[in-house]
Amino acid sequence: MTDIRADFTQTGPADAEFGDYVALLKPRVMTLVVFTALSGLLVAPGGIHPIEALAAIIFIALGGGASGALNMWWDADIDAVMKRTAKRPIPSGKVTEGEALAIGVTLSAISVIMLWLATNALAAALLAFTIFFYVVIYSMWLKRATPQNIVIGGAAGAFPPMIGWAAVTGSVSVEACLMFLLVFMWTPPHFWALALFMKSDYHEAKVPMLTVTHGRRATRTHILVYTIALLPVALATGLTSIGGPVYLAAALWFSLGFLHGAWAIWKRDEVQAEADSYATEKRVFRFSLSYLFVLFGALIAEAALRNLPAYAEFVAQFNLMEML
Amino acid sequence: MAIAREHPLHKRRSGRNVGLALVLLAFIALVFGLTIAKVSGGGSIEAFDHTYRPMLDPATLIPTEE
Repeated sequence: MTDIRADFTQTGPADAEFGDYVALLKPRVMTLVVFTALSGLLVAPGGIHPIEALAAIIFIALGGGASGALNMWWDADIDAVMKRTAKRPIPSGKVTEGEALAIGVTLSAISVIMLWLATNALAAALLAFTIFFYVVIYSMWLKRATPQNIVIGGAAGAFPPMIGWAAVTGSVSVEACLMFLLVFMWTPPHFWALALFMKSDYHEAKVPMLTVTHGRRATRTHILVYTIALLPVALATGLTSIGGPVYLAAALWFSLGFLHGAWAIWKRDEVQAEADSYATEKRVFRFSLSYLFVLFGALIAEAALRNLPAYAEFVAQFNLMEML
Repeated sequence: MAIAREHPLHKRRSGRNVGLALVLLAFIALVFGLTIAKVSGGGSIEAFDHTYRPMLDPATLIPTEE
């Protein structure tokens, strides 16, 4: 009898809750993917049936989640070492590596095929390339090989607005490329700010983050340089057909705020940062999150306002692409 | 010693099953909705079997200039 009872009470490593499988898809990262993809979809010219739009967003998010699961499968060894990631489903023993791999591969295939059926081949191909880029180029190759991992790997996170655009138009334009560049240039300062106050984690996991390989002074300089480079990209987006006064005002104000934060990070040294527990770095990291949400939110606002004929006529004067 | 009827293990498995069922139902609903959207946006649809199709009848075709 005791043996039977033991069979009922023992739980294996694969005995996860539903939420553990959801956690495997990195829902927080998915929020950003959904928001930027939705922005790309809403600001694109032309129309799409609401159900097709909903399906496109769901399958882009699913593709992002699938690549997250594959990333967790590949990085299980370093996730176990880092404090920030030690509670993820695989290192905590709730989900096995095999399950994560199976879920990642299956969801990748489903998301790409369904996005193709729901929208078009270009959007599906871009999603497939994004998954490949994040899993193979970033996770398997760059992450452990170069301190520029975040810079090049950031491209994977920059594709969703372009996929959203392609889902509606079936093509890629200057506007889609600028939205891609916006996320691409935003990613390094965002993650390096995080790396500054998560120092010990990356160091112990032997991930060659810039803070580990080139030092913290160089990282502070890199944050400033990339934030300066982000400014023209943010403003140029406002001069295309998707921009306008509302976006330009938001982009200018928030880019200057981001620059101010990056400048504050650059001015500080380690003694000052440790004295206030990296308060500035944490503040800039949080600000960078709101930066992206505000800028893409402003693009959506522009798309909504352009339905007003008087506003559309007014905005046409700012369209650099048309002027050229 | 009696076997416990309700163990946390059962709750976890039940949660997993319910979660998966909801995901599958949502997927079915989405594919159904997508089918309706695609079909309704696809223009005229003609049956192929046992039905007279004017488009295939040479007599109904408008001659083009050569």
